[in-house]
Amino acid sequence: MTFARKFLAVVAAVGVVGMALAPAVSAQTVVGVTATEIKIGNTNPYSGPASAYGTIGKVIGAYFKKVNDEGGINGRKINYITYDDGYAPPKTVEMVRKLVEADQVALLFQTLGTPPNSAIHKYMNQQKVPHLFVATGATKWNDPKNFPWTMGFQPNYQTEGRVYAADVLKNHPNAKVGILYQNDDYGKDYLKGFEDGMGEAGKKLIVMKQSYEVTDPTIDSQIVNLKNSGATVFFNITIPKFAVQAIKKAHDIGWKPVHYLNNVSSSLATVLKPAGLEASKGLITALYMKEVTDPQWRNDKGFTDWVAFMKKYYPEGALDDQANAYGYNVAILMTIVLKQAGNDPSRENLMKQAASLKNVELPLLLPGIKVNTSPTDFAPIEQEQLARFNGEKWELYGDMFDAFRKN
Amino acid sequence: MMSRGTRLVVVLLALAVACALPFTLSNFRLFQFTQVYIYAIAILGLNMLTGYNGQFSLGHGAFYAIGAYISAIMMDRWNVHYGWTIPVAGVLCLVVGFLFGLPALRLEGLYLALATFSLALAVPQILKYFEHWTGGSQGLVLSKPSAPFGLPLNPDQWLYFVTLAVLVVLFWLGANLLRGRVGRAIVAIRDNHIAAEAMGVNSALYKSLTFGVSAAYTGVAGALSASAIAYVAPDSFNVFLSITLLIGSVIGGLASISGAIFGAFFIQFVPNWAQDISKAAPWAIFGVFLIVFMYVMPFGIAGAIRLLWIRARRSRVAQVPESRETAPTQAPTSS
Repeated sequence: MTFARKFLAVVAAVGVVGMALAPAVSAQTVVGVTATEIKIGNTNPYSGPASAYGTIGKVIGAYFKKVNDEGGINGRKINYITYDDGYAPPKTVEMVRKLVEADQVALLFQTLGTPPNSAIHKYMNQQKVPHLFVATGATKWNDPKNFPWTMGFQPNYQTEGRVYAADVLKNHPNAKVGILYQNDDYGKDYLKGFEDGMGEAGKKLIVMKQSYEVTDPTIDSQIVNLKNSGATVFFNITIPKFAVQAIKKAHDIGWKPVHYLNNVSSSLATVLKPAGLEASKGLITALYMKEVTDPQWRNDKGFTDWVAFMKKYYPEGALDDQANAYGYNVAILMTIVLKQAGNDPSRENLMKQAASLKNVELPLLLPGIKVNTSPTDFAPIEQEQLARFNGEKWELYGDMFDAFRKN
Repeated sequence: MMSRGTRLVVVLLALAVACALPFTLSNFRLFQFTQVYIYAIAILGLNMLTGYNGQFSLGHGAFYAIGAYISAIMMDRWNVHYGWTIPVAGVLCLVVGFLFGLPALRLEGLYLALATFSLALAVPQILKYFEHWTGGSQGLVLSKPSAPFGLPLNPDQWLYFVTLAVLVVLFWLGANLLRGRVGRAIVAIRDNHIAAEAMGVNSALYKSLTFGVSAAYTGVAGALSASAIAYVAPDSFNVFLSITLLIGSVIGGLASISGAIFGAFFIQFVPNWAQDISKAAPWAIFGVFLIVFMYVMPFGIAGAIRLLWIRARRSRVAQVPESRETAPTQAPTSS
């Protein structure tokens, strides 16, 4: 054997042994965690078409800084690594691979948007890295059987659609229902939940369905059509811009149905005030969070704590932006999972703890709404409560609706 | 100019390095290099149109999207092997590009730029309409191809080699096309289309054909990206993608084949560096990079390398009289 050949043989042998050992070693060591630190990865749209949501990634970072200032969790500081994906799925894939393979994070948390999360869904589950509390309302994140490493957070749109259907069946069993929805997955998810909730009765009660494209300039004609259909109940599945138009137009043409407005557009600051508080009177929506622009929470402890936190750690964040309340809530939930994991911050245990949350309350969830998960239930928030707008604030009414218990 | 021999040596060296990368880099880095090659193919396509033929396009992201969706739909609906979807995407994009090139003949310069821009704006929305095929805004989830014949390569390594192979073939074809008779006609139209027509060049045909070939290259790149990302959605192909490709082709060097590769490296890595430098304003940093590059290398990276090469050679053979190889006074025409 020449020297070169010997050398090659040695290299090859080392390589083979190395490859054989590699998985064994990584299974034993805890990835992304040292005695003093735990690495958490995140992507958010800090630029691009959805950059308004980027504040969620920032408020989460601010909250983790607060946690670190107070000594961290179980002696470990949170090292929060967040990258911009511009809401473009290819960039999400690249950044998430960087987080998992180069930065070696322990888990991925609150990656934002349905398309970006869809792009990494399979990858995260192949890599067996916790993909926790994703920031999207799609229904597919609650699938522990096929995707045991991915978990949602907020109530999904279908759940909310069922809440309204239950209310219609209970309080307006003889109504004629008209629906306006945005012609995309968001709108259709709501529609499906509502129609599923109506069941057989829906075929008789739903008299008209109108849709619009997100690029349409106005929805005036759809509102007129709905009025002319004789509908007495209106389920309004629109984003804020069109919700304002719909509320105004219905008011202007004197159509006064029982008006269900999806939670997406329940903000006082961005929808009800621009549409006119008088015209908004009587609107019904389903809530799971405290609406931060609603005066009834002004002296609530959860709200005042949040304001104090915002002023100290995220002063540039807007206090009338619900997204900042959302990020605060979910960051707290993350720290609860970390605390629960105790001295075993392995990926398996982190996932196990995320899937065993029992009656956890978060400061900016409505009173009575509790986070519950189990190995077969990866939908943390499944309760919502109906509220009616009285011209000044949302007034909660009726029972808490719990999709999990199917009441 | 580099001699033919030197050029061959450089190309072979680069290829050797490229082939060694999968065995030295991590899978994540390899994925990034795969992206670079995909961008390079798309940029070469755009470069043919803008650099060589002088037609502006702000809409090549649309062809990229069409290529990606053709590949994705074939894989998702008919279980076609990804290898077949790549040439099909190329051919279909050739047709689409040619057809779009016909009316675009009436538009010059900025007007053409706007017309193509409208294409980039429209395609992501049109994709949502054909929800049955495209999966709407949820997109289509694909599976990543793995190495055939039991080759001891992981999916990232395999995809890297596939992309590299496609890149080499397309660059070889592109170089032959652009350095030959057709290429001279394409450049002649850019420099003076009246003179070109007087010489017997069918300007309309060549312009449309250039548009078609350009779209085909970009479509192939899109098809490769569908496999590399293993997911397509309208949000993947926003307007910014088109602009990114244009940035890549200008920074790399217009009317330069190697420039496409340099440009691809730029658009892949510089935004990431910008983000590492400043989390608060990465795009401002990116803008600074852009301006610096344009200022320091007015003919792109490929042009700058060529200048350096010429200077280095001249200082070695100082007695050679001043030849025509002075600094180019217009965009360099080949590399």
